[in-house]
Amino acid sequence: MSRLKDLQKNLFGGTTSNARQFGMIFTLVAIVVLFQILTDGLTLRSDNLIALFNQNSYILILAIGMLMVIVAGHIDLSVGSIAAFTGILVAKSMAEWSLPWPVAILFGLVIGAIIGAWQGFWVAYIGVPAFIVTLAGMLLFRGGNQFIGNANTIPVPEGFRLIGSGFLPEVGPSTGYNNLTLLLGLASCVAVVWREFQARKTRREMNADPAPMWISLLRLAVMVGVIVFASLRFASGRVGTSFPVSGIILVVLVLAYSFYTRNTAGGRHIYAVGGNSRAAELSGVKLKRVNFFVMMNMAVLASLAGMIFVARSAASGPQDGNGWELDAIAAVFIGGAAVAGGIGTISGSIVGGLVMAVLNNGLQLLGVGTDRVQIIKGLVLLLAVALDVYNKSQGRFSVIGSITRSFRRDTPTPPTSSSDAEREPARTAVSG
Amino acid sequence: MSDVPILLEMRSITKEFPGVKALSDVNLVVRAGEIHAICGENGAGKSTLMKVLSGVYPYGTYDGQIIYQGAETRFSDIRSSEHAGIVIIHQELALIPHMSIAENIFLGNEPRKRGAIDWKAANRMALDLMARVGLQEDPDTLIKDIGVGKQQLVEIAKAFAKDVKLLILDEPTAALNEADSRHLLDLLRGFQSRGITSIMISHKLNEIEAIADQITILRDGRTVETLDVKADGADEDRIVRGMVGRELSSRFPDHTPKIGEVFFEVRDWNVRHPISAERQVCKNESFVVRRGEIVGFAGLMGAGRTELAMSVFGRSYGVYESGTIIKDGKEIVLKSVADAIAHGLAYVSEDRKAIGLNLLDDIKASTVAAKLSKISRHGVLDEVAEYQAAEAYRKELRTKAPSVDESVSKLSGGNQQKVVLAKWMFTDPDLLILDEPTRGIDVGAKYEIYGIIQRLADQGKGVVVISSELPELIGLCDRIYTVFEGTITGEIARQDADPETLMKQMTSTKKMQTR
Repeated sequence: MSRLKDLQKNLFGGTTSNARQFGMIFTLVAIVVLFQILTDGLTLRSDNLIALFNQNSYILILAIGMLMVIVAGHIDLSVGSIAAFTGILVAKSMAEWSLPWPVAILFGLVIGAIIGAWQGFWVAYIGVPAFIVTLAGMLLFRGGNQFIGNANTIPVPEGFRLIGSGFLPEVGPSTGYNNLTLLLGLASCVAVVWREFQARKTRREMNADPAPMWISLLRLAVMVGVIVFASLRFASGRVGTSFPVSGIILVVLVLAYSFYTRNTAGGRHIYAVGGNSRAAELSGVKLKRVNFFVMMNMAVLASLAGMIFVARSAASGPQDGNGWELDAIAAVFIGGAAVAGGIGTISGSIVGGLVMAVLNNGLQLLGVGTDRVQIIKGLVLLLAVALDVYNKSQGRFSVIGSITRSFRRDTPTPPTSSSDAEREPARTAVSG
Repeated sequence: MSDVPILLEMRSITKEFPGVKALSDVNLVVRAGEIHAICGENGAGKSTLMKVLSGVYPYGTYDGQIIYQGAETRFSDIRSSEHAGIVIIHQELALIPHMSIAENIFLGNEPRKRGAIDWKAANRMALDLMARVGLQEDPDTLIKDIGVGKQQLVEIAKAFAKDVKLLILDEPTAALNEADSRHLLDLLRGFQSRGITSIMISHKLNEIEAIADQITILRDGRTVETLDVKADGADEDRIVRGMVGRELSSRFPDHTPKIGEVFFEVRDWNVRHPISAERQVCKNESFVVRRGEIVGFAGLMGAGRTELAMSVFGRSYGVYESGTIIKDGKEIVLKSVADAIAHGLAYVSEDRKAIGLNLLDDIKASTVAAKLSKISRHGVLDEVAEYQAAEAYRKELRTKAPSVDESVSKLSGGNQQKVVLAKWMFTDPDLLILDEPTRGIDVGAKYEIYGIIQRLADQGKGVVVISSELPELIGLCDRIYTVFEGTITGEIARQDADPETLMKQMTSTKKMQTR
């Protein structure tokens, strides 16, 4: 009993959004297993995994930026249009002005920064709601894309395609696997182990008991297992394929932004602004600067996503990025963010995005048409959030919390004050 | 009183929440036409009991019986209790700011003629109801344009529109100034003569003593006793004893001030209203604070005390016009909150839930929120340092929480206030401005907060206390300024301070003589 309790406390303890994320990880695993069975093992085959990453990395990159926008209490509807706008300009810059492709990428990022500054100016300094600013931006930059490209498609050169459809190259001795991918997997394993022990050390320095050793080991075993499995799969694909470059860009961004949002003062300020902007302001947080930054950052990431997409499809077209904003927003909310702001994590949003991606991919493998896929995705979004809202309104903490409730009896948490009970249930993750 | 018929009896009410027993075996007997006060510390179960009575927690979610007008009732929601004539007015007023007085009075209860709202009748009836509560306003005035005191009256008028027999008021005077409070209490007495029974929850014991016929005291979710004010001679000390279960010899800790030199001075401070620029909120205000001194600011609601404090605190309110701030002999210019914090100012706001805390945060994140630079290097936070800082303050201020990982939303008002104090102590301020530091906090926690304030002063910091409770200012402060309509009208030393003198200065238009 006590082991179960430990497990529950250490995996699902902490904030409610934390618990929801673990709920989402379970959902993700369940969906993967389900489709693995339904598709007779097609889902986890190397080529499918690689395709899955290639097709979704840009949405996941958008989800990173969107998470920060939503945590700060805003929304961005313009990301698809910004992606398309940047895409066409970058494509044109290479086709007509013959910019070398690395310069073109920089050029694209600068365009993103300028667009972001434009939108951030209206949101942060004029005070126009982000919904309106980015709705305008959505029209503005979609029109801009079609105006510049004459509603035509512009192809991009070979070198540029690397960021969208490139893979880690083959180097070193012939092992039957892609060596670099294996190396990457090994490095990840080491990093995961190091991090876990670092976390234990931190807990001890806080005079708090770290999780029991067996929990740490179990957690490590699961994570290392997943990494090893994934690296072997990615490394053993068709010759010439391996871990995609866009996947590497994604992983780097996830690590960097996770660190930024969790461990830096700047990241903390975003949560403070979203949680209570007035309180943040009165604590010395520069509200306008934070709002400007999240909007600008989103546009830069949207530009990057647009370029990756253009690189993958080898050309920029007038319909690029249609509906991306909704995919990114859905990923963030499935991943546990609050509509009112202040709650949410990068990793949660990535998991949320993966749930949608696997669902999409699995249904397509099963031959389900896009019409029905959309219906299912819509329902999944609604149910994922509704279940959590419902659980909180029942005074439970989360799906997982409620499953393991019966085990909790032997931990009589001292009621800090009975006044919690008098209050309305704390703000649920999603309701305003 | 025993010959008066019983209007309401709540018998052994028990209400459990997951993990917490909020009420256990609570009994309450209210006789027709009386004013019945319910007292208890925060978390004693007062609000929960009223929510059970008004159907917020419907029948079946609690144990026990409610006998109302001689028959057992089982309310399924608020509508059903209102139908029976029980109306509850919550501490946070349930009015819609952008609707008119008349629209609010009849919200959900609109007089209709052939399906459409009959506004003529509504306005006429609204005027009648407003007259009964002594509210002189145009019924078309928007709620946002009238003061809190009048809003409270609108709530009561709204209750009358529902044909109220039993009126429940949860902290009705918490946000009101003295004059509005007095008006409200007079009104309650008037209702009594018209046969309306009132239940009042309040932390203001002097009001309870003055107005209540019966007092039921709750502690930790149980009924402690019911006092008959006249027969039992229940005075404030007696009520406090029942609430905390012990004698509070003094409501203020003993303290010998160690007052040093003047180190902070504001001169000729002029600030305009942020929206209507013709309104001047601070008019030529000047004040000084010495090291180790606790300086009070007394004034009625709307006198501009909070506005003065916030405009000094990095211009976080209004439009700065003119005036200088001198600290340690040098003029400083504070254009933003960050500037103010960097110059050693701290402002603990009056409304900790709305603007003082991020309720999504845990204790440790809240503690360090106003000075992240102290626990970070090159912008990267040191979690261990954060934890240790928060833990140190938790111990020092004796914040009741299982750990600093606890969410601040789960703390009681007094403990939340301690977290806010810790947050500002963490910034190492020289001057702390505390705006209503004990609002909505129970007696025991108040005493502790006073002790913290005195310790801060003894460390050589200057402390400014803004409070609407005169006894608090008189008991705590070494010197008190009075403010009236954006002007400082008086400066009173501790030994000369008494409620009458203060009140006179707080309502006088004469500007204080230049010292």
